[in-house]
Amino acid sequence: MATERYSFSLTTFSPSGKLVQIEYALAAVSAGAASVGIKASNGVVVATENKRKSLLYETTVEKVQKITPNIGMVYSGMGPDYRLLVRKARKEAAQYQLKFEEEIPTALLVQEVASVMQEYTQSGGVRPFGVSLLVCGWDKTGPKLYQCDPSGAFFAWKATALGKNYVNSKQFLEKRYKEDLELEDAIHTAILALKEGFEGQMTADNIEVGVCRKNRHDEIIFEKLDQQQVADYLANIPN
Amino acid sequence: MSIMDYNGGALIGMKGKDCVAIATDKRFGIQAQTVSLDFTKVFQINPHTYMGFPGLATDIFTVYEKIMFRKRLYELKENRKISPKALASMVSNLLYENRFSPFFVEPMIVALDEVTLEPYMCDMDLIGCVNKSDNFVVGGTSSSQLYGLCEALWEPDMEEDQLFETISQALVSACNRDAISGWGAKVYIIKKDKIIVRDIKTRMD
Repeated sequence: MATERYSFSLTTFSPSGKLVQIEYALAAVSAGAASVGIKASNGVVVATENKRKSLLYETTVEKVQKITPNIGMVYSGMGPDYRLLVRKARKEAAQYQLKFEEEIPTALLVQEVASVMQEYTQSGGVRPFGVSLLVCGWDKTGPKLYQCDPSGAFFAWKATALGKNYVNSKQFLEKRYKEDLELEDAIHTAILALKEGFEGQMTADNIEVGVCRKNRHDEIIFEKLDQQQVADYLANIPN
Repeated sequence: MSIMDYNGGALIGMKGKDCVAIATDKRFGIQAQTVSLDFTKVFQINPHTYMGFPGLATDIFTVYEKIMFRKRLYELKENRKISPKALASMVSNLLYENRFSPFFVEPMIVALDEVTLEPYMCDMDLIGCVNKSDNFVVGGTSSSQLYGLCEALWEPDMEEDQLFETISQALVSACNRDAISGWGAKVYIIKKDKIIVRDIKTRMD
């Protein structure tokens, strides 16, 4: 096929102006497990599927990861690629903290991670990342939700979905989203959105939820909900 | 004689009630020989953020330019004004990067936070060890005299007029007891709605 001629080098444009490798990377993302993110008035939530391939698995690798005390991440796509980005993001955040004695703003961290992803579309001997990220954080500019694509493009969202069935999930979110959404409702909606395309029974140990919110001491933190907390939300959802 | 005392100079920063002040002498000399009488060592970094640089004159400009370079880059990237605390950390890092061939300046930051208007004041040594202060900071060849005067004259919650009087008195008296500081002085009072800059006369011998 003609397109295959442009599949070897990433830095080669096809005559129609496409970089097909990047499109294949996006296809890898769309084939990956679904994840959703919603920004609320008093926080941000990200949620993802984390299905076990076999009953014999003891524990699974965690997909929702903390980057700084008030920034967290999740992904759709390839797990190993994600770990590298998490490591780079943490390093960038720590360097910023050392330099300015302030936590890195979410927008700036996203920019840095996006630069890394862009670099991998233009360097020799590498391939683009097979992941899209959802980054949620809360800083002086308020709660924020970003998406980062393999091309290095990034977007700020009120609510969005990635991975398998993301078109339907996005439509679902468009219907459900309200400007003054509270975090509790947002968590509920996020889980519902995941459930839309979910195959099999959704339980507290095959989804992961992370939230950015104020804790008891009024500090802004990112935290992963534990299984009990997730189970409580699931109990409120009719099967 | 230490290279820190090559050009001479005296600087003070002081905290008042919802205001801060910074004062500098104007002498520039080469050891005992006075060369110029308009060498102020205070720079405006942002509308409410000032820095004073006691030390070697050549390094004062180098360090100031390096700080402005990083500060402008920061403000472009972040699309907001740098906070005095972040500025302090940035300057501290800049100085420590030159740990084994240092710039001979001991910068001080005197500011109101550009967002909260909270007073902030600190100084640091030539390799960037930050000393945050809630009353006063001093620097330059007459720092020991300045310490004594500030300890005697400073009191908490001074209004702008009293703060001006106190900081001027401290600087003038300290310069009288230091042969390579003085020859005129400049005082900046930083308030949220205005900056007052006054030149003050000192002994010229």
